Amino acid sequence: MEGAYPKAEQVYAWLSQVKDPEVPVLSILDLGIVRDVQVNEAGVCTVTITPTYSGCPAMDVIGMNIRMVLAGRGFSQMKVEMQLRPAWTTDWMSEDGKKKLKAYGIAPPQRMSSSGELGLFEEEPAIACPRCGSEDTRLVSQHGATACKAMYQCNSCHEPFEHFKCH
Amino acid sequence: MSNTNLSTDATLRLGYTLQLADNVLILSQRLSEWCGHGPILEQDIALTNTALDHIGAARSLYQYAAEQFNALSDAERAAMFTSPALNQILSTKGKAEEDDLAYLRDAWDFRNVLLAEQPNEDWAYTVARSFFLDCFHFFLYTALQKSEDETIAAVAEKSLKEVRYHLKWSSEWVIRLGDGTEESAAKMQTAIDERWPYIGELFETSDADKAALAKGYGADLNELKALWDERVKAVFAEANLKVPTDTWMHRGGKQGVHSEHLGYILAEMQFMQRAYPGMEW
Repeated sequence: MEGAYPKAEQVYAWLSQVKDPEVPVLSILDLGIVRDVQVNEAGVCTVTITPTYSGCPAMDVIGMNIRMVLAGRGFSQMKVEMQLRPAWTTDWMSEDGKKKLKAYGIAPPQRMSSSGELGLFEEEPAIACPRCGSEDTRLVSQHGATACKAMYQCNSCHEPFEHFKCH
Repeated sequence: MSNTNLSTDATLRLGYTLQLADNVLILSQRLSEWCGHGPILEQDIALTNTALDHIGAARSLYQYAAEQFNALSDAERAAMFTSPALNQILSTKGKAEEDDLAYLRDAWDFRNVLLAEQPNEDWAYTVARSFFLDCFHFFLYTALQKSEDETIAAVAEKSLKEVRYHLKWSSEWVIRLGDGTEESAAKMQTAIDERWPYIGELFETSDADKAALAKGYGADLNELKALWDERVKAVFAEANLKVPTDTWMHRGGKQGVHSEHLGYILAEMQFMQRAYPGMEW
């Protein structure tokens, strides 16, 4: 690239093309994991992201996809940095992201993480079925196919579904 | 084992980082042994999810440990490890990377507590080990959020959110089994009695622990012990389980003197890197 480099705000908007490989309807902006974007005078673009869960294997793929998008926009020098603190929480997920999750068939987090922790044997308040909307649902497993999801079943339409846990 | 006569602030901080990392790596390896063998699918997945959280924390800590190692003087480096495979690669590359620390150290260079390496045995033993360690990590990470070491504080803050889930899970299982049938209660009590002699070491102060506390990047293990005791007693009371009265405790893990079990864990965990050095997939 010659002359003026794209501004950080522009790069930030392009990052909506980077999807969560486990939940491809969500961009990393919807997830709320992009912490900072910088473009310096030498044209080096630095994107700082934060992991959802410590061991989430999707983070490596996300880092690679960020590089692909930046390369596609003409950057030749780029860095993807990982920042652990402040720790990611589902409170950072966008409202738009929650709507997309529901439309995709995954019940979005309902509670604010900052509202406190669940006690022993305590379950989330009623999680609505993303298919029929019924709140008569039951927890099947706290853990699912990825660290961020729990398994539920709807008692009204009987469909099983995933819930993106409040974290 | 490291030569403690050559300890410096930098080697002690690295030793402390390795203590934290080795505990979660070895626990993670043990939990992942349940993969495909859990009593029901949901619990199989619960343990592998938990193992993954620990691997994530271990990776952050080994990356930090490698960074610290690479900043040491030659004399300090020479005093850190006596594992031949590790020292060979370090002298070839001139630097350490996270995987070298996980895959090329021999048992005596690991600093994890003996409890983490104890075998899964049955579900009750697995639950007992997890409960003791989750409870320990919960209070440890809570304290370490205030660590003056920014990386340790960041890992603690990140991991604490996950450890809360782990502790909820293991506390519920202790209660479910203890307050369950006659057979489940007997098995849970046996597992607790058998693993109890390993809890002393959690709160035993190593040279690295002492330095960490003195320099403001560690935690006060006496304070942690009081919080841990209180929580464990409360859960046992709800589970109708007896708190063991044994006072004799195993020790040695933090100094690199391990039970026979660690060698078997490493033989399996490190096989690929030992047989095919530097392999990636």
